[in-house]
This record gives sequence, C-alpha cells and structure tokens, in this order.
Amino acid sequence: MNNLQVPAWGIWVMLAGLMVFIVLLVVYFKRNHGLKRPIFASPYTLWMVVFTIVPCLLIGYYAFTDINGAFTLDNFKNFWDSNYDMNKELIAMGFNPADMGFSRGTVNVDTLVYSLWMAFLCTVICLILGYPAAHIMADREFKLGPTLVILFVIPMWMNFLLRTIAWMSLLEDNGLINSLLEWLGFGKVQLMYNSGAVLLGMVYNYLPFMVFPIYNVLNKMDYKLSEAAMDLGCDKWKTFYKVTLPLSLPGVVSGITMVFMPAVTTFFIPRMLGGGNTEMFGDLIERTFLTANNWNVGSALSMIMMVLILLSLGLLRKVDPEGEGGSMI
Amino acid sequence: MKKLSLVLALVLALSACVFPASAEEVVNIYNWYDYMDESIFEDFYKETGIKVNCMYFTTNEDMMVQVRVSPGAYDVVFPSEYCVERMINEGLLAEINMDNVPNAKNISSWLMNPDYDPENKYSIPFMWGTVGILYDTTKVDEPVDSWGILWDEKYANNIFMLDSIRDTMGLTLKYLGYSMNTRDPLQLKEATDKLVEQKPLVKAYQVDETKDKMVNGEAALAVVWSGDALYAMDLNENLAYSVPNEGSNVWVDAVVIPATAKNKENAEKFIDFLCRPDIAQRNCEYIWYSSPNAAAIELMGEDYTENLAINPTQDIIDRCEWFQDIPENYMTVYNALWSQVKNAK
Amino acid sequence: MMKFIKRFYLSIILFFLYVPIVILIIQSFNDGKSRAKWEGFSFRWYQELFNDAAIMQALYVTISIAVLAAIISTILGTLAAIGIHAMKKRPQSLMMTLTNIPMTMPDIVTGISLMLLFIFTKVERGYWTMLLAHVTFDTPYVILSVLPKLKQMNKHSYEAALDLGATPTYALFHVILPEIMPGVITGAMLAFTLSLDDFTISYFTTSPLVQNLSTLIYSQARKGIKPTMNALSALMFVALLVLLLVVNRRTTKAEVKN
Repeated sequence: MNNLQVPAWGIWVMLAGLMVFIVLLVVYFKRNHGLKRPIFASPYTLWMVVFTIVPCLLIGYYAFTDINGAFTLDNFKNFWDSNYDMNKELIAMGFNPADMGFSRGTVNVDTLVYSLWMAFLCTVICLILGYPAAHIMADREFKLGPTLVILFVIPMWMNFLLRTIAWMSLLEDNGLINSLLEWLGFGKVQLMYNSGAVLLGMVYNYLPFMVFPIYNVLNKMDYKLSEAAMDLGCDKWKTFYKVTLPLSLPGVVSGITMVFMPAVTTFFIPRMLGGGNTEMFGDLIERTFLTANNWNVGSALSMIMMVLILLSLGLLRKVDPEGEGGSMI
Repeated sequence: MKKLSLVLALVLALSACVFPASAEEVVNIYNWYDYMDESIFEDFYKETGIKVNCMYFTTNEDMMVQVRVSPGAYDVVFPSEYCVERMINEGLLAEINMDNVPNAKNISSWLMNPDYDPENKYSIPFMWGTVGILYDTTKVDEPVDSWGILWDEKYANNIFMLDSIRDTMGLTLKYLGYSMNTRDPLQLKEATDKLVEQKPLVKAYQVDETKDKMVNGEAALAVVWSGDALYAMDLNENLAYSVPNEGSNVWVDAVVIPATAKNKENAEKFIDFLCRPDIAQRNCEYIWYSSPNAAAIELMGEDYTENLAINPTQDIIDRCEWFQDIPENYMTVYNALWSQVKNAK
Repeated sequence: MMKFIKRFYLSIILFFLYVPIVILIIQSFNDGKSRAKWEGFSFRWYQELFNDAAIMQALYVTISIAVLAAIISTILGTLAAIGIHAMKKRPQSLMMTLTNIPMTMPDIVTGISLMLLFIFTKVERGYWTMLLAHVTFDTPYVILSVLPKLKQMNKHSYEAALDLGATPTYALFHVILPEIMPGVITGAMLAFTLSLDDFTISYFTTSPLVQNLSTLIYSQARKGIKPTMNALSALMFVALLVLLLVVNRRTTKAEVKN
C-alpha cells in the first residue's frame, strides 16, 4: 500500500501485453471468420482488456510482491496461515510464537469455506424460491409478467444501505417483528446477529438476479412443446420434468452465476445483520485492504477467491456441458 | 433510435454542467459528514471572499487513501490523532504557519503539544472526546466503573463492542492494567485471549449502528465514543455514560493541511476562523462533542461545563491515554490477533 | 385453486421484497432524527430535502451516471453477446471467463484496481472515471441476460437472412435484435439498477468532489444517516410506481387495440 508506484517497466509490460492481445485478436478474426458476428465482441473485448485485465494484472502484481516491490509468495502463505506474517514479526522481535501458543492460524481458510457455504445456501434458496416465481410469471395465462418484472426491480432502486438498515429495524430484538410477536402473546425471538439473518439479507438482495434470467427463458419458450408433450400422454409433472426444465436450464445457469458470484464476496450484510460476529470473505478482504492497510495480502486473498469461483463455474459448465441445454429435446 | 440519441445528447449536455468552473478563491475541505455547522461557510465567505468546498469521508483509513492518491485535491483535512502521527511520518502534512492562525491561542493548554504532534507544527485540535461505556439504567443497576462489567455473565448477549481494533484492544489492555499503546506481544496476546473469552457474551461488534440501537434498548452495555453517547442520551433518558476507573482513551479530531494543498494560505485563514471563539461555539453547539476551545467553552457556560459526558473532570482525563500510531510491524501483530477475535467461535 | 396458490405465492415473494421499503418510507415521516424513536408525523425531512444542495447534486450524479452507464453497457454488451454466441467453442469459453472475472471480483478489489489504473495513467478521477467503472461492471450482466435469449433463437435465421442478401448490420437489426429484445431490456434494467445501487466501486473511482447518493449516504454513517435520505427514497419510489402504472396501462390499451 505504501508503494503506490509500480516500477516503470510495469506499464510497458502491460501495454506490450495489450498490443499482443489485439494483434492476436485481429489475426484470429482474419483467419477464421472475416467480418462475421464474432467481430461484434471486439469493442467489448478491448474494453474488458483495458478495464479488467490490466487492473487484474495490477492486483496480480501486488499479490506476488512484498511492500518493497520485491517478488514473494508470502502473501499466499498468509492465506494458508493467517498468523504467518505475525509469527515472522514476533520472531524478529525475539519471541518464539510457539511458546506463546501461536501455531497456524486457520482464520482465512475458515472464512473462505464459510463464505462459499453461505453463497451456496443463498443460491439454493434463491433457486427454490425464484424458479416457481419465474415459472408462474411466464405462464401464458398470467398477464402481469412484465409488470411483475418491474415490481421485482424497484426495491433494488432504493439504496442498498438504507434497505439493509430497514431490515435491521424489522429484525432487532425491539424491532417491529418482535414487537408484533410480543403483542400477539408469543415471546421475543432473537432474529438478528446470526448467520440466519445474514442469509436472509443475502437472499433478499440476490433473489431478483435468479428470477430474471429464468423468467426470460421460460417466457420465450415455445409453449407448444409442452402442449405436445401433454398430448402425447405426459402428465403435468412429467411434462415439466422432461420438457420445461431442460429447456429452462440456460436461464438457471445464468441465474446461478449471477447469484453465486456476488454472494461469495458479500460484505457489509454480515456486519449489519450478523452483528459482525462472523466475517465473510468479502469483509476479510475489505478489512485487509482498508483497516490493515495491506494491499499485498489483500490482493492475494482476492486472487485466491477469484480462482476458486472461476473453477466452480467451470464445474458448473461441466454439469451442463453445452452451457445451454437448449438442444436437448 | 432517434429518441435514444436525443436522450443521450440531453444527458451529456446535463453532465457537462456538473463541474461549474470558477476563478474564485477557494478552500477545499475534507471532513467527516455533518461534523461542522455549515452555515459558517457563508460567514467565512462574507469576511474573506473565500468559497468553501466541502467533501466528506467516512473513516480515517478511507481518508488517508484519498489524500495519498489525490495530491492537491484537499486544503484542509480532519484526521483523528493517530492518523495525524502517521501522516506526519509519511510526509503527507504541511507545517501550519502559526502566525496566520492567531486564534490558536484559544485552544486549552492541556490539548496542546500532544504526543502525536509534539510541537503542534502540523495540527490543531478541532474536537475531542473519550471512549467509555454507554449503559441502559433500566437494565444495569450497579455502578459502571470498571471495564470488567463487560465480562460479567449477567449481561450475556446484552453487550455491544466496538468493531475497531485499536479501541477494543486498547480498553482490554487498560482493564488488564497495561498501556493502550503497549508494544509487548505477551500483553497483546493476553488481551486477545480475554476478548476471545468475552466473545460468547457479545451481541454484536459494530461501530455506527450502536447509537440508534442503544436508543432502542437493544442492549444493556455498549462501548462507544463520547460523541455517540451524547447523541443517544439526548434521545433516551434512561441511558448514561461512564468512563471506567482503569482509564480509557482520549481521542482528538484535528485540523491539518496536506503537504500538497493548493490553497495553503486560504487553508490557514479557514483554520484560524475555526479557532475563533464564536465560530468554535457554533460548531460545538451544532455537533455537541467536546470542544478544545477554552474561550468557546467560556461562552457556552454551564450547559457545557455541567455536562460530565461532554466535559469530564480532570481526574478522569488524567487516567486516560492518547493513542500513539503503531509501527507497521506491530500493526501486523494487532491485525492477526484481531482476526482471531473476530472469527473465534 | 391452482391459480390462487400461484398468485398467493407471488404475493408472498413480493411482500418479502417490499416490507423493508415500506419501513423505509414510514421512517421518512418521522419527526425525529433517529430511526430508533418515533417522534410524531411530519414532512420535515421532505422540506429539508429540497434545500439540501449536496443531496440534489448527488441525485443528479447518480441518475445521470446510471442512465449513461446503462445505455453504453447495453450497446456494448448486446453486441458482445451476439459476437460471443457466434464464436467457436474455445474462444467462446475464453470470452465467458473474461466476462465472469469482473463478476467474481469483490467490489472493493474492482474499485481499488480501477483506482490504481486511473492513478497509473494519470487520469484525474471524477465523473467520467466513475462512468467508465460503472460501464465495466454493468456490461457482463447485460451479456448474461442476452446470451440465454440468443441460445433460444433459431440458429439458422441469421444465416438465412445473409443468404437472402441482407448485410450483417441489416440482419443484426432486423433479425437478431427483435428476437433478443426482452433479454436486452432486462440487461439494461439490471445495468441501471446495479449502477444506481453501487457504492464501493464508485467510492474508489471518483473524487470526493463528485458524490453519488451511495457515497453520500455512507459518509453520513458516522453521525447517523438522516431521514432526508429516506424521504428521497420514498419520493423516488412513488415516482417509479406511478411511471410503471402509466406505462403498463398504455401497453395494455395498445394490446386491446390490436
């Protein structure tokens, strides 16, 4: 953090990389496609190279260097052993960490596992709640579909911070829900300051991202297909299972992607609704960058998480090899 | 398509008006939100012809990132004391020419020449306060005079702690009888174990949310900064504030000028203006934190001096400590230990 | 019966989505400053809202950025999705990885890395850098909304159009675009929404001189977020709802006519 200046060669390497990438892209298009549709993606590609790849390289640079800019793998060791840097400092101060009762710190690994688990739960709940909603909205007899899509979006136009604070007003021990319960003669229940509340906040935030893509796909689906299946003797469930579900898979995959990825990096919600009792990986990264002021370790943590998410997305694509399922019938 | 381009053109034209250009004398101040009676800007403009542009930050850490990466953007900044020290060490601050700030003489002498800026070369105190326990008198009927009450199982699931490394570690160190600025890893380890032991009793670790929750009666005890305590006590008369006998932390939010400031003389004029008794009084009455300005306190009279939360006795102050900035290698230890606390089961 | 259950289910979900919004709006009428204490009904914060230049400025920045970012990223993303869809397997999965990267990055990392980029290239941060950043994180969502639509499309209609003499541009506007329009609209809406709601990335890619609503709200956190913000949200909510009702009525009328 204290060296915001990356050495002068850094920018040249990046520029060179950019040039190579563009040249490759041009060669690729020239040889394989001419002026066909793939060229439509080139403005986007260029944009992403400048505003995503290059910044990622900057993060990569930080992840593999120490505070003086020298190459090191220590930042990654810090992920595996959250006490690594501390123990090093303690030894330098003339203490023996083992005598003090410090061994390997599992905080970072635990936090990552917890975050993945929470994101997984959030995705599953969003899918269970969202799929039927999307299915109903896309029903031919249900005329309000487009209106409902907008109704799903509007809450997200209210500020995220204010919405989360409103949830706090609801869930607190003296909050509205508990006041209601008390008035009805049930006792108070602690709804906040636990993982359940965090999960609720996450589902609340990400549910629309599951509903939209599924609704889109179902809405566009040829309803004659399911009618044909019915005519051929399938019952309702079988039709759904054999026809509708496979056809809607692309939407489901989109939805899972759009929910799972941001969910893993959720921050702020655990602090507000979970009472800061258990951190999620997003909080950890934020704290490492801002409070601990350690951009090198922070970058390493971010890199690890990105790799993990990309891997799990790769797995998702293995499960649905075509990535579309649209041609399954 | 036509409509679209029309909308686009309109939006572009509108966004061009976002930055009004001006050749006026200005001073760009970078402050906590709502941390000043902004009507004083008008008076300042009338008196000096200098226009005040106000920008806001949320935490000291965010502020320092911005000051480092945007040289020249800010003329007056309001960091807390330990950040003043760090910014001095990083060479981020300009020396204030005290000849241009004659009103600095109004600052109470005990707040001058502090550890974080021994000769007040770089900073002048703007507001100050303590860290203590805000408690709900309907739930706590014993005297709150020791940090130890935070470890009392009677109050299990009824305690809010500060989600802030230095403050929370600091009060634990004080409870154990050590200095808040200790650099002895064994003492730090002891404090960590103490906090891990306390964790099952804690309802939440938070910062800004505590005050409204205490007003709402969400917990019996909460560690807070005195400013938040005053806010909450104003809204809920059952709340009281106490600085434990083991001692605590005295914090200061200071006024500084970044080394890269473009309008240094205007900045000094503005700082002098802030130190003027009538202006300091207006600011103090607006935000209701403890004022470092002795002349302003005189103007405010009993309302101020009789209020123990805002104006603690010398006896309490003597038991408190400043935070010193902690060098990088000790901060590494602090952060790793805090991680253990935050993620203890 | 089935119909009732379906509607009931949707109502429950909508209820879940709207409860906090209702709370938020109720709090905007609280005479007191704290959300924790009801001090009587008043329009005080609505009056203050219109006198608050900082909020008005932030509102303007927020909306103009959201609109611009949505337009740019929708164009960029729709084109990209069409391109990606037509690619062969390998480059396609490469592009999808590229698309997923910004979505996997935690906001704070995206924000900091973009800030590094701007510092690096000596671009002064402000309105335009914030816009660039918003387009960057919006576009992948547009692509993910458009791609499923493309996959559903008849694979041969585009080629057929070309065979019949259409130029690629003509085929794009008259064959592909109408088919994928719902996905494009969803994408644009998502982009607008994300941009409207973003805090972290904006924070790092703008200078404190150019604030949007989120950064302004966040900076209020220490001293307590003022109900003026709730008042603003309430007004935005009502405006949006009215707009929705009007649009909806007009489209249903048009349908009836047809």
